[in-house]
Amino acid sequence: MGDLQLTLKVWRQRSSSDKGKFETYDVSGLNSHMSFLEMMDVLNEQLVGKDIEPIAFDHDCREGICGMCSMVINGRAHGPLKGTTTCQLHMRHFKNEDTITIEPWRAKAFPVVKDLVVDRSSFDRIIQSGGYVSVNTGSAPDGNAIPIPKEVAEEAFDAAACIGCGACVATCKNASASLFVSAKVSQLALLPQGQPERKERVNKMVSKMDEEGFGHCTNTGACQAECPKEISIEYIRKMNLDYNLSNLKG
Amino acid sequence: MILDNKVPEGPLELKWTKYKSKVPLVSPANKRKLEIIVVGTGLAGASAASSLAEMGYRVKCFCFQDSPRRAHSIAAQGGINAAKNYQNDGDSVYRLFYDTIKGGDYRSREANVYRLAEVSASIIDQCVAQGVPFAREYGGTLDNRSFGGVQVSRTFYARGQTGQQLLLGAYSALSRQISKGNVKMYNRHEMVEIVKIDGKARGVIVRNLLTGEFNRHFGHAVVLATGGYGNVYYLSTNAMGSNVTAAWKAYKSGAAFSNPCFTQIHPTCIPVSGEYQSKLTLMSESLRNDGRIWVPKKKGDNRPPSQIPEEERDYYLERRYPAFGNLVPRDVASRAAKERCDEGYGVGKTGLAVYLDFEDAINRLGKDIVSARYGNLFAMYDKITGDDPYSTPMRIFPAVHYTMGGLWVDYDLMTTVPGLYAIGECNFSDHGANRLGASALMQGLADGYFVLPYTIGKYLSEDIRTNPISTNHDSFTKAENNAKERNKMLLLNHGKRSVESFHRDLGRIVWDYCGMSRNEPNLIAAIDRIKELRNEFWKDVKVLGDDKTYNPELDKAGRVADFFELGELMMRDALERNESCGGHFREEFQTGEGEALRDDKKFTFASTWEFKGVDEPPVLHKEDLGFETVKPTQRSYK
Repeated sequence: MGDLQLTLKVWRQRSSSDKGKFETYDVSGLNSHMSFLEMMDVLNEQLVGKDIEPIAFDHDCREGICGMCSMVINGRAHGPLKGTTTCQLHMRHFKNEDTITIEPWRAKAFPVVKDLVVDRSSFDRIIQSGGYVSVNTGSAPDGNAIPIPKEVAEEAFDAAACIGCGACVATCKNASASLFVSAKVSQLALLPQGQPERKERVNKMVSKMDEEGFGHCTNTGACQAECPKEISIEYIRKMNLDYNLSNLKG
Repeated sequence: MILDNKVPEGPLELKWTKYKSKVPLVSPANKRKLEIIVVGTGLAGASAASSLAEMGYRVKCFCFQDSPRRAHSIAAQGGINAAKNYQNDGDSVYRLFYDTIKGGDYRSREANVYRLAEVSASIIDQCVAQGVPFAREYGGTLDNRSFGGVQVSRTFYARGQTGQQLLLGAYSALSRQISKGNVKMYNRHEMVEIVKIDGKARGVIVRNLLTGEFNRHFGHAVVLATGGYGNVYYLSTNAMGSNVTAAWKAYKSGAAFSNPCFTQIHPTCIPVSGEYQSKLTLMSESLRNDGRIWVPKKKGDNRPPSQIPEEERDYYLERRYPAFGNLVPRDVASRAAKERCDEGYGVGKTGLAVYLDFEDAINRLGKDIVSARYGNLFAMYDKITGDDPYSTPMRIFPAVHYTMGGLWVDYDLMTTVPGLYAIGECNFSDHGANRLGASALMQGLADGYFVLPYTIGKYLSEDIRTNPISTNHDSFTKAENNAKERNKMLLLNHGKRSVESFHRDLGRIVWDYCGMSRNEPNLIAAIDRIKELRNEFWKDVKVLGDDKTYNPELDKAGRVADFFELGELMMRDALERNESCGGHFREEFQTGEGEALRDDKKFTFASTWEFKGVDEPPVLHKEDLGFETVKPTQRSYK
């Protein structure tokens, strides 16, 4: 395990209207078993001890599923490991006396709220624009009424695994939300339940994404590489096809 | 305070059907005029808010996270039970009801549990229709797995992320109603007070966590769907933000709180590795389908597990409980692990762990099938511990996971405050003294989709003449001032100790004295220790920052303050219950074999507490559980 000492360069910004800047902190008393966020907890306790306001960061479940944690660590969304959220990253992947730079997601559609916290409500609004099946409570047929091939259910699950963290946007040089949007579009386009609203859904969601200020996809594949749930960019291709088809046929 | 559970007359299996056919309705024109406040957007809150909005009510919904999709239901792994009998293995509504009553160690209310079993099948249908990608068989039908405490396969699942998929389903339904303007959603808002007018719940005070502003909201009815209070233990499998604050404010406003000491310690979690630990991670109970739990037969045997031969391993669950083996209910499995570790057979550096071994399963099924079933859980374990469960057994230990106790509710899910409802984990109704695996998701969605939308009409049908009450009413002003005052005290205290350090100390007391086993002298001592620590908190807590920008320290301080008061109530509750049942194990009351010893003559009731003031002892009321259909017997899984 061993003691670990680090220098952290952390983005501090009081509010969305503040300019913000990096502050440097030395942290000691760490060890390699800690998670990255536990390391941040230790730093914050040390800051409180020195009467410095602790660093605000988003986090909740700390097991990689709620999608709340969101840090750019040494220039990479969620840090250096593949398929890993910030909360699942452990300090054994860093060396003693490393300097680590920590920044918030940066995208026009994700304004900074404070320090490392950003506003991702644009994602909610995209889902609200059509990321659902219109079915009221109580009107559903029996769960086994429509058989769904195992492979189709599995593929839909792969798309549905998105946790809505926004790492795809933070990574993309255009700040595009295509991976996020295409994951939801594809999940529902694959399943029989999603067919009635398929065209309308892709149209509405893509338009909303543009309206919220996300950029366009230029197929660099960075989102797929950094996505903690390893969602495939194949879904972006599928979404684009659906989008074009739905517009061709009106 | 009179506890009228309002359970309808008639045979158990007809109660809900009859209720539904007779319950007063609210006309569409009137629904449009009625406003309902829903606090919380987990499975219960999101399903209730969307269903109520679909029906035509005007709904305001609040969550403290940055999006309704983050609620902690999202982290549930294993699955959701439903009495579909798709596997043709003899399942039925009655059997699910019976298993739940027995699993809860005969400390839940029959009528509510029967209704839960009855609506369970509709939940699956609803979720499939929303596009939830449940696991399927090759023929395209839905797949099932087994869970602890039962002998049928009735658990529906979506890999190890069932909670996520169900919550995203409910979130999508909620999003649809937001886009239609039927639900007004407030993210990053925390409920800090209930507003009562003429004895009825008429609104809430919420705090905008980003700006620090307090806002007043009126509602004809208020629904709390704010989850459990496991974080009173500091370390638990709950999310960091999970808290008791909304339920606690309800308690302090007159809503009775039941069975607070009934907490579930889940047997399969990743063990604590050090002081800095901020939370514990669950390894799904589904792992016990194929994993075998063991410790070395020899005390203090510190050879690596691979070098301990088969005959020197003690598969203690299989040994003690041959009928259910590794699939005994959670309370039983947790206590058995604690017993082995207390006796000195525990493994790992701390000796506070047992092995969960997949070697047999991998030999029997092959690595691919094991990986298809549990791959994501194995990966999660590997990420946290740095060990690979395909080649070495997992080390696991029990951890706080779920709270069966909560706000007392009647058959309508209404608390003792008229117009104030509690659904999902934040109420006490369905799981008695121990919850079975895959039943939390079932209850959250049952309450939100299929129960509350009916029962709330009974109350609201008598409230159609009530016009919206102005939020300038004195009661709103008073409640807001209370909340403001509390925040001011925290910010201006300028003490020396961080909020975190107080929470950690509180958690240790609650875990040591009200964890897996409890006894009278400890519980009495703990009440005083918590009081002392609470006084110290208000004297010496240090909260930096201000109340004009996002300040997570301040938010947390308010929540920890409420945990102190709750912790004390838990001790009183555990002290009062002179028996062992489910998750509540009093050392003084056990059988010769170390099993829980219930006392049905004296304790077949729900302990229901009425608040009398922070420094006054609460008053205990008893709801007699009067079993009519099931005859309580000693629970045996042997």
